[in-house]
Amino acid sequence: MTDNTNTSQPSGAVQTTGHAWDGDLQEYNNPLPRWWLWSFYGTVVFSIFYWFVYPSWPVGDTWIKGFGTVEYTTVDKATGKEQEKEFRWNTRALLLEELGNAANDPQRKEMLATVQAADYEQIAKDPKMMEFVRSVGKGLFGDNCAACHGGGGQGVVGLYPNLTDDDWLWGGGIDKIHETLVQGRNGFMPAFGQALKPEQLDDVAEYVLTLSDEAPQSEASERGKAIFQGQVGGCYACHGADAKGLPVLGAANLTDKIWTIANVPAQKTLQDKKAVVKNFVAKGVNNNRVMPAWQDRLSPTDIKLLAVYVYQLGGAQ
Amino acid sequence: MRHEQIETNSALMLVLILLVISVGGLVEIVPLFYINETLEKVDGVRPYTPLEIRGRDIYVREGCYLCHSQQIRPFRDEWLRYGHYSLAAESQYDHPFQWGSKRTGPDLARLGGKYSNHWHVQHLVAPRSVVPQSIMPNYPWLLDSDLDYADVDSRMRALRVTGVPYSLTQAEYDANVQRYGQAIADQLDIGKAQDSLLQQAREKDFDGLPDRITEMEALVAYLQVLGTMVDFTQYDEGYFVEFR
Repeated sequence: MTDNTNTSQPSGAVQTTGHAWDGDLQEYNNPLPRWWLWSFYGTVVFSIFYWFVYPSWPVGDTWIKGFGTVEYTTVDKATGKEQEKEFRWNTRALLLEELGNAANDPQRKEMLATVQAADYEQIAKDPKMMEFVRSVGKGLFGDNCAACHGGGGQGVVGLYPNLTDDDWLWGGGIDKIHETLVQGRNGFMPAFGQALKPEQLDDVAEYVLTLSDEAPQSEASERGKAIFQGQVGGCYACHGADAKGLPVLGAANLTDKIWTIANVPAQKTLQDKKAVVKNFVAKGVNNNRVMPAWQDRLSPTDIKLLAVYVYQLGGAQ
Repeated sequence: MRHEQIETNSALMLVLILLVISVGGLVEIVPLFYINETLEKVDGVRPYTPLEIRGRDIYVREGCYLCHSQQIRPFRDEWLRYGHYSLAAESQYDHPFQWGSKRTGPDLARLGGKYSNHWHVQHLVAPRSVVPQSIMPNYPWLLDSDLDYADVDSRMRALRVTGVPYSLTQAEYDANVQRYGQAIADQLDIGKAQDSLLQQAREKDFDGLPDRITEMEALVAYLQVLGTMVDFTQYDEGYFVEFR
């Protein structure tokens, strides 16, 4: 059954390893091919040179650091000047070499410097710079902003504002966008759930919906108007007597049909629309409409690129 | 030839195999414990507060590490996407560390401060409500479950054994005041652990539920501190190069 007919070699042509198990079970000894063996010895010799060039063996409380060096450019934070440095080979030095090495991608470095030096008007007028802003800005936006505002800046109704429409809570000018990025924003609206009775909240919700023609005017909306514009509610103090909002406070414009928190567009009936507005007025906004500050996270150039990128998304003022 | 002696004695062979295969690991890992420059000398790295520890435990419990690493490598692409590469010093109080090379989701080493608390809550409960293309599972129970913090002091004691400077004695507390200032030293005191946890939860209200302390509260507290302890504006980049 286990007749070794598939071994083409006649017995005795190949050496055996010399030992036998169970009396007669032997093992062929097929030496490695010469070329393989010499390549192996070659790598052993190579590794010795390798130890001398790159960091290798630990010795005491330090290690053999190797003769290899890396030249890199770094910015001295005290003086703000670029300096050339040479240091022993390691991955951190190698990273700095790659980041500072203009030969690596000179165009990017050059364009970053150009954008950094230019003011917003110059950037907007220069098609080459705008192209750069769109391509680099897209990456920055995707890494940092898209988690809330969506990949295309479309936002999520009820959660995070749309950056492509022309409704801006904190102002849509380029300077305001820049300010928002640098220092972040923290939206606030008092909760009226305690201050107003449920009927009064109903009336205010009704009135707010009439402002953008979501609801017809009615007796309830008139009562709501009195609360909105009077001392009972005092809503006008932030949203304005014309209800067009106040960007300095981040107070929303209530007269357009753009909803950032109360998800009115998703509601089918007037009753439901009223309910979401009422619910929102009762709860207010407190620490749940926070835009993080980016000044400690992103470089001034990155922030500038992002400001222009957001500006050119479409709706900026 | 000793071949036969070794090959016919399985216990001896096992010991010898273990010796041979442990060499690679021992040579690479053991020296890191006594080489002086392993830990970069930087200011700001402190042990986690009691609330953050509980958050970290939940992070481990939910297996976040299976998809997310906390280790930014010194490569250009990672630098551009995630920020400064991770320092060894930044995970010196992590037991076990949460590094890793398996990234199904993004690296989280510098997540702290990147998004608002509210975003984290929303995203953990329903990731696709904010990132439509996300494949992360929903973790709605974090917001439903109240945080069990009764044993947080035992957890700190265990970490103290591994060398994390939580204080049990007055002398240790004083040392922490010296090192981190009083506000932090209070948070690191095992005797006050539960009070500190409650205080941090009430002050910051990470989960947006002022009346409750949920598991979400602890997890978001932990996520918001990741990678924020070292102020990199204080150091020239060349400084970190010299530790390697």
